[in-house]
Amino acid sequence: MPSKYDWPAEGKRSLIGKRISRLDGPDKASGRARYAYDTNRPGGLVAKLLCSPHAHAKITRIDTSEAERAPGVRAVKVMAPAGTEVQWQGFEIAAVAADTEELAQDGVRKIKVEYEILPHLVKEEDVSKAANMIKPSAEETKGNPDSGFSEADAVHEGYYGINTITHCCLESHGQVAEWNGDNCTLYASTQALGRIGGDLAKVLGAEPATANIKPANIRVITEYMGGGFGSKFSIDKWGIVCAQFSKQTGKPVKLMLDRDQELLMAGMRPSDYAKIKLGAKKDGTITAWQHESWSTGGPGGGGAPPIPYVFTEIPNQRKRHIAVSTHTGPARAWRAPNHPQAAALTMCAMDDLAAKLNMNPLDFFIKNLPLTARGDVYKAELLKGAELMDWKTKWHPRGQGGNGYLKRGVGLSLHTWGGRAHDSDCRIVINSDGSVQAQLGSQDLGTGTRTVIGIVAAETLGIPLSGVQVQIGDSNYPPSGASGGSTTVGGVSSSTRRASVKALDKLFEAVAPSLGTTADKLVARDGRIHVEGDPSKSLTWKAACAKLGTKSISEIGRQPARDEGNLNDNGVGGIQMAEVEVDTETGIVSVKKMVAVQDCGLIIDVKTAESQCYGAMIMGVCAALYEERIFDQQTGTMLNADMEFYKLSGIADVGDMVVHMMTGVYDGRGVIGLGEPPAISPPAAISNAVANAIGVRVPTIPLTPDKVLAALEKGGRA
Amino acid sequence: MQAFEYSKPTTTKEALGMLGAQWGETDILAGGTDLLSLMKDYVHTPKRVVSLSGIKELKLIKSAADGLHIGAMVTIEELLENAQVRKEYASLVQAARGISSPQIRAMGTVGGDLCQRPRCWYFRKGFGLLPRDSRGRDLVPNGENRYHAILGNSGPAKFVSASSLAPALVALGAKVTIASASGNRTVDVEKFFMAPTDASTREVDLKPNEILTGIVVPVAGGAKQATYEVRQKEALDWPLATASVALKMSGSTVQSAKVVLGHVAPTPWNSAEAAQALAGKAINESTAKVAADAALARATPLSQNAYKVQLAKVAVKRALLAAAGKA
Repeated sequence: MPSKYDWPAEGKRSLIGKRISRLDGPDKASGRARYAYDTNRPGGLVAKLLCSPHAHAKITRIDTSEAERAPGVRAVKVMAPAGTEVQWQGFEIAAVAADTEELAQDGVRKIKVEYEILPHLVKEEDVSKAANMIKPSAEETKGNPDSGFSEADAVHEGYYGINTITHCCLESHGQVAEWNGDNCTLYASTQALGRIGGDLAKVLGAEPATANIKPANIRVITEYMGGGFGSKFSIDKWGIVCAQFSKQTGKPVKLMLDRDQELLMAGMRPSDYAKIKLGAKKDGTITAWQHESWSTGGPGGGGAPPIPYVFTEIPNQRKRHIAVSTHTGPARAWRAPNHPQAAALTMCAMDDLAAKLNMNPLDFFIKNLPLTARGDVYKAELLKGAELMDWKTKWHPRGQGGNGYLKRGVGLSLHTWGGRAHDSDCRIVINSDGSVQAQLGSQDLGTGTRTVIGIVAAETLGIPLSGVQVQIGDSNYPPSGASGGSTTVGGVSSSTRRASVKALDKLFEAVAPSLGTTADKLVARDGRIHVEGDPSKSLTWKAACAKLGTKSISEIGRQPARDEGNLNDNGVGGIQMAEVEVDTETGIVSVKKMVAVQDCGLIIDVKTAESQCYGAMIMGVCAALYEERIFDQQTGTMLNADMEFYKLSGIADVGDMVVHMMTGVYDGRGVIGLGEPPAISPPAAISNAVANAIGVRVPTIPLTPDKVLAALEKGGRA
Repeated sequence: MQAFEYSKPTTTKEALGMLGAQWGETDILAGGTDLLSLMKDYVHTPKRVVSLSGIKELKLIKSAADGLHIGAMVTIEELLENAQVRKEYASLVQAARGISSPQIRAMGTVGGDLCQRPRCWYFRKGFGLLPRDSRGRDLVPNGENRYHAILGNSGPAKFVSASSLAPALVALGAKVTIASASGNRTVDVEKFFMAPTDASTREVDLKPNEILTGIVVPVAGGAKQATYEVRQKEALDWPLATASVALKMSGSTVQSAKVVLGHVAPTPWNSAEAAQALAGKAINESTAKVAADAALARATPLSQNAYKVQLAKVAVKRALLAAAGKA
């Protein structure tokens, strides 16, 4: 049923769906934007962590006495007492707060820890070496895999893998804690400012000295934050010790992770390796799928990958998975958890089967779209992508990538995601001076949340974007969900829309008498309130607000809210295509072009949506070509916990990127999240492009020169 | 970073007086792009840091009869901007351009490039330059050695020389000038680099109380030159293998050649075999390939780095073809 809360129709939008620059761009570019890392409170202390140098060890003795006496040291806390069994390098052992960062670090170096070294496993690709660290799952079947394979005209078997990587947030994890009596302010780099205060209060409330601390005592502020990608939902041990130090010393305390700590313990994406067998008829129709997979997510093992991915309706399937526990920093959600791995395994195996059938993968994937949940959407996206990539000209059968040593190739991948709106409350305040505030306890991870809120409020109130002050990043504002799983844009846009409509109704009521009409006859457009169909009877926004006198309007909008319009939805599909050039003499891969075609319902701001895709594709190029946690099994040490050999692409390494957002007929679904989907396909699409270029599959990602040369040699193409 | 005493002398003589006689007592600070990282990671914990940034004479580039004198404190960016360098030493320019990122070129110096410590990750993580575990076992052969040496690695040193400029300087026959309290000495860049045989020696011929003050690059005399780096990324990255060549031509054939590889051995690797293979030959795809194969004939790759043999061959071949104008 239509509702006054519904999004305006296409012809009636002045800001929604346009290309609008992010509101905080100038502040970020100029350095005025203040992150947790930039927060330095007067008289504040700095805290540093002591972390385990060993992957697996028992702490037998810990002596902090020398650290406690060290110059400038104000507090020392043991986080892992003697007897603790450390499960990864980087495990938090103790913390020191001191007058300066340097003195805190000196203090950390004065803590003496004795360890009993225990055996460790830090690598999982060779599962035969994992011994007692594995947990096999039961076999799962669907249909009749054996008859599915016997129906097939072609059967392909292959080995595929995608490694563990880290989040590499530009701003490392951490916060500043400052107490005023029993009230604490946390300036935190977090994806969940509405949650971590409560989590902290729960921990403090369980301790006698701080038993009176309740969630309401903790205020969390996240004005700006430098990336989370799924790794910043928790208060974390370092957040708790930071708050405790501040309470104990009566001074503000800042604790941000060092870069090596960030890489060692602040989260990683689980790996997935699999032996995959799949069969198809001559026309390309897939008849059966079988896999044995294994993965690690650190000490907890690794969950089974959701494969076959996207093509979930393959009729006959047999699956087995082995979880491998490793003594490495534990997994955290990484942008579209499990999906990039699932895409890499599925799309690469399918691409190899297409090659075996001598089919153009574009035709092969289209042929099998009935096995997906949204075949029509994918088909439209694949055709659009093929046009933008010039697939027809660029695709060639494998091994025909050119005569010289530089070979070109193209590859593709499909993905899906949910992106349903999280719970969100928004308060819209209209003041008699014409000023408007949109207040939400949400956080902008760098995605454009602030801008989207401003656009929705301004569009609804009929005023310019500059007329709305967006106030977010503070838990004192109405609560909004954590920013994860692409749930934010649906949540904040819906609550902002509803609050804005309600507030505008109140304004209409206040000004209707002076325009000689009733509230239901009024509209707000172009900075004026006027009578529908009679623009001559109007007031400027400012004049209209002046009618409020000494009062302000303050209205809350909620997501979810029944009977208040269908403003958001769940479930998207997207496709990506990559074009690469491979130097077959050196094995070096360079991405020349990527195309992303993405559906995400109604797009509030096309420019920030495209930016999401660009960022995701760049992140995907990094994962496809460069990123690795490189562990030494002899010592259990991560050898590249730095930004020198944990490689990320620079802007010269990412090639030309083309983004096409599916709009128009898709708008009617309302707003759907976009953070995760475009980050899923890049490794799969790039790996397929490399296979197309050089004629052989490089089985595991990242596609480093040593592996590319080995694949060429094995394939007789060196 | 461990607390230290900082001094900024204004003359080389004054600086020499501030240096300790043992490694570990003092460190020399040039651009700081390497030293500060080493200190933050507690790989270096000097009691005193002596900055050379106040010594004006070390920042000069001067032309003389014996070649171009380049002060140790000339930054990589200043080197790239120098007209004579650009005109006469193409291979040095190409090597300097390979130093990424722009920030490192702006801060990093010529002397610092030669004296930077190896990038071996075991060394950087505190296992020593000749990395051993607690039971004294060599960590590199059975460990993560994808970026380690494929030549000259039979001794305990298996890291690769990190200098970007050294292969070009060796090919051009350059020397380094070294000052000490007892006077100055000059050493061929080639001999300046050494593979340490025990934990007490370093990878360069420099005593703790000496200062590398500059380099002298002989007049190029029309030699054809080129440097080629094989690197995975365009952005900040270390080469996987480098080759720099200098060819004295007689007509269209090579009279004498120098072929120097980088990032493949604990020192820059001057390949006499490749030079010999090229003598009297014209440069083309097939002679370049023969020279490349000769340069790597004695390669002894470790468990994970056989691919570097191929990369080094490609570097030699492409550098030769580039020098001959056939790339």
